[in-house]
Amino acid sequence: MKTVKSQFKFKGGVHPDYNKELAREQPIEKIPLPAELVISMSQHLGAPAKCVVKAGDFVRRGQVVGEKNGFISVCVRTSADGKVKAIEKRLGPAGGKADAIILDTTAKPEGEVAEASGPILEPLDWRTASREDLLKRVEEAGICGMGGAGFPTNVKLNPPPGKRCEYLILNGAECEPYLTADYRLMLERAPRIRLGVEIMRKILGGPAVRIAIEANKPEAIKAMETAFADIDGNVEIVVLPVLYPQGSEKHQIFATVGRVVPEPPALPIDVGCVVENVGTVAAIADAVELGEPLLERVTTVSGGAVAQPKNVLAPCGTKYSDLIAFCGGEKEPVAKLISGGTMMGFAVSTPEISTTKTTSGLLLLPNSKAYQYVSQACINCGRCVRACPMNLNAAEIAKAVESDDIKGAEDAHVMTCIECGACSFSCPAYRPITQFCRRAKNSIRARIAAEKAKAAAAAKK
Amino acid sequence: MKPKETAAHYILSSSPHTHSNSSVSRIMLDVLLALLPTTAVGIWFFGLPAVWTIATCVATCIVTEALCRLAMGRDNTIGDLSAVVTGLLLALNLPAGIPLWMAVVGSVFAIGVAKQVFGGIGMNPFNPALAARAFMLISFTGPMTTWLKPLWWKTPDAVTTATPLACMKGMFAADATAHATPHAAAKALEQIPCLWDLLIGNMPGCIGEVSAIALAIGAAYLLVRKVITWHIPVAFIATVVVYSLIAGGAPAYAQVLTGGVMIGACFMATDYVTSPTTAKGKLVFGFGCGLLCMLIRQFGSYPEGCSFAILIMNAVSPLINRWTQPKPFGAK
Amino acid sequence: MTIAIVCIAGVGLVAAIVLAIADKYLSVKEDPRIGMVTAALPGANCGGCGFPGCDGYARALVAGTAPNGACAAGGDACAAEIAKILGVEAAATEKRVALVKCCGTRSEAIRVGDYNGICDCNVAAMTAGGDKGCTYGCLGYGACANVCPKNAISIHDGLARVDKRLCIGCGKCVAICPKKVIELVPASATIHVLCNNPDKGPAVRKVCGVGCMGCHLCEKNSGGKEAGHFTFEGFLAKVNYANPPTDAQIVAKCPAKCMAEDAHFESGN
Repeated sequence: MKTVKSQFKFKGGVHPDYNKELAREQPIEKIPLPAELVISMSQHLGAPAKCVVKAGDFVRRGQVVGEKNGFISVCVRTSADGKVKAIEKRLGPAGGKADAIILDTTAKPEGEVAEASGPILEPLDWRTASREDLLKRVEEAGICGMGGAGFPTNVKLNPPPGKRCEYLILNGAECEPYLTADYRLMLERAPRIRLGVEIMRKILGGPAVRIAIEANKPEAIKAMETAFADIDGNVEIVVLPVLYPQGSEKHQIFATVGRVVPEPPALPIDVGCVVENVGTVAAIADAVELGEPLLERVTTVSGGAVAQPKNVLAPCGTKYSDLIAFCGGEKEPVAKLISGGTMMGFAVSTPEISTTKTTSGLLLLPNSKAYQYVSQACINCGRCVRACPMNLNAAEIAKAVESDDIKGAEDAHVMTCIECGACSFSCPAYRPITQFCRRAKNSIRARIAAEKAKAAAAAKK
Repeated sequence: MKPKETAAHYILSSSPHTHSNSSVSRIMLDVLLALLPTTAVGIWFFGLPAVWTIATCVATCIVTEALCRLAMGRDNTIGDLSAVVTGLLLALNLPAGIPLWMAVVGSVFAIGVAKQVFGGIGMNPFNPALAARAFMLISFTGPMTTWLKPLWWKTPDAVTTATPLACMKGMFAADATAHATPHAAAKALEQIPCLWDLLIGNMPGCIGEVSAIALAIGAAYLLVRKVITWHIPVAFIATVVVYSLIAGGAPAYAQVLTGGVMIGACFMATDYVTSPTTAKGKLVFGFGCGLLCMLIRQFGSYPEGCSFAILIMNAVSPLINRWTQPKPFGAK
Repeated sequence: MTIAIVCIAGVGLVAAIVLAIADKYLSVKEDPRIGMVTAALPGANCGGCGFPGCDGYARALVAGTAPNGACAAGGDACAAEIAKILGVEAAATEKRVALVKCCGTRSEAIRVGDYNGICDCNVAAMTAGGDKGCTYGCLGYGACANVCPKNAISIHDGLARVDKRLCIGCGKCVAICPKKVIELVPASATIHVLCNNPDKGPAVRKVCGVGCMGCHLCEKNSGGKEAGHFTFEGFLAKVNYANPPTDAQIVAKCPAKCMAEDAHFESGN
């Protein structure tokens, strides 16, 4: 085990104000169980889970309430005991609606029911368990990528035949401003992360391990060095330069092992890499060793308008309003409420939305930090082109989309865009370039879907 | 009846939710600050006429911009300071003694025709100040090529028609027949001011183009503030140097330090709107400007070709942009 | 002079011969009916038939791979003319026009945030589900108006409105709307339910002053369930356009004020 500096620097990137000092020194605190949870069936990337309970049912903590529904999907388990009040379509942070279970956690079970005891799943000894058993455990624990995208972890850990994982990369970069959830996790739960790494190494057939941490987190680097000191095999901690978006999968692979993931639809596994967020790794350790599925996660509640910024351990399905109340409420009027970080998070319209497995942060921005922009004409300054970590001509894409030329945007490789926001961040004319890219990607995806449907209909005929 | 709105209204916008705090007006302010030294030197050497020309151009540009936006029914954009920059750049590219009404006509042309007709800031294919200068050079050739001597109030014949460039043009030809008349070449060389005068700007010329040192200070400020990148100025000036070394004629330092090369390379060619966005494109653009500038100086009918060189490259800029598209990360 | 005349005449002769030969041996045989059918079509190139423009549809018609009557813009008259040219049966079509099933203007439906971004419904809907309290209603950022080939859609008071006289029923607006609030309905229908929110009454009332609460009064007033003028989805009344109601009385009697008689829909203003 050794600590090395990153040898590779990707082009572009920006330096936003990190504002991490707000919550950096706050230890992880567990929130008291809220009276009501709203558990969404769509907490991950891919098909939403299929709800298998009905209103009036009494459910036990850890019980499967949503079944995996397709290949790219994971199951949903309830994060607490309680009675299902209703099943409704609820708005998620990204603006989509999905079935959600409204759970009354104060309700008592009817009649005599044995008190739930013991672990939810049978604990496994990872040294003796087979690879298949471990994979199955990751799947039944409902684990998905906790960094933000929520890709089902069991799919990632099971490379298609013919592809081998040579590097397992641990994403501890946490390059999003304000967020400190992963940082606290690395400080406080380093041994769990190490255990998770050993389990994942077994599942993936013994790849080399790279732990990627940004240079502005020396304590986290130290904690990981201590935890991994006596590990055998090819393990390195790679110290990355402070640069947004260092936490992007593709850029992290380049920064740690110097490999370049080709354009979509290529995946990291095509260059022999699997990247997992440190939170996910700790969740895998819990699922295997303790038999505890993914039911809660650490969420950073921060931003200038919250009274006490905190890193909160909260059950998935906790409403934002409960999180805010736990953190002492609002210190000053909130102008913008963001689920996630300021670079890639989602602005939401109401605190009645609830957390999911991927909610890494909740930011309450006061008026002074939440700008309302008036966009001006592009002056062709090229700042977005220089800032783009994917080396796209963002100005060109934005101009094409602005004049409804989706084809032009597609020719300018808009589908390669990772929506990191570096272009909009650096634009002096306050143009919503990232949103233009989203618009183009959205209509291109819709068109591809329509073409597919048409082809399928034609094939049926 | 409309239901009562109880919930707090949050701002809903697409990510990112933070900004680098750069702005168009801040960039333009930086350009103005960078032009301060050369403006000061111009006023020092050319006196009150320079002050009047600068004031007239800036004021006319602002008024024209406001009137055009009003007439087009668009938002007023004088707040972004781009009109002030255009006005100042145009004034710095005029001889100090020019009749003020001509400066007014030029400024109206710069903003009204070269900029707002195309839709305002960001839309113009040609640098407005340069387009106006070319327009004035053709329309008012006499006054546009009549120069005040530096510190003219101290010399008996204040007005001259020849800049060092005019002498240097002859030297290209003199070089060819150097063996026949070595005296002619030596005589021409004598007419070029000494290096120190070239650097501080003690020579006849436009208000803002004479002092290389002042321009270099401004360019350095822009580079430090990351308003411009090094690519265009370096490619431009390097091309001029290499060309003059190959073609002979006046010494390379004189080619760089006289005429519009310094102000053109640092302030005119680097105009965002009319130059390519990528680093590679900027190098090509700078090279093209330098080459055309020297070709016009050697073979053209005007002694100075800097403005025309940049204008021609402005026209090619979209093409260069197209050829030098960046290759996406991970693309083959 | 003579030489010039001879030269010019010679060149002309040679060119004429070449052209005559080329016409004989290189000409592309095209079914003349394609041109005739294209001429019979309205020439709007709206793409509503699913083919690339009117010419594409005409080729498909002549080739026999497309049904006659897929042109919504041309309607019955056009189909009949094509039937005459091609000698095929015209499928009976009814002129259909777009209807925005929402009447929640800015003054009636609440907004829950200050949207700051591109003026386009699809991206606005991706931002926290849109700034309208009612997540089923028209956002009013004009994606449909942008895509309409006939400029039949305009935005008034945060709501898209279709001008029935200009609409050719191509369905582009239906496809682009992220809220699926636009529907193609028979142009002859006069009574419409202008709401798209299937939630319970109180939930609807919380976000909109003119939302359908599913009270079934329209059904009752139009002759009850047996009459079959309305269907219900959740707590939302829907006009059964196969058997549309005609009695204007029910519009006035709607307690939610979410029904309209043609007027609103006619002029687009």
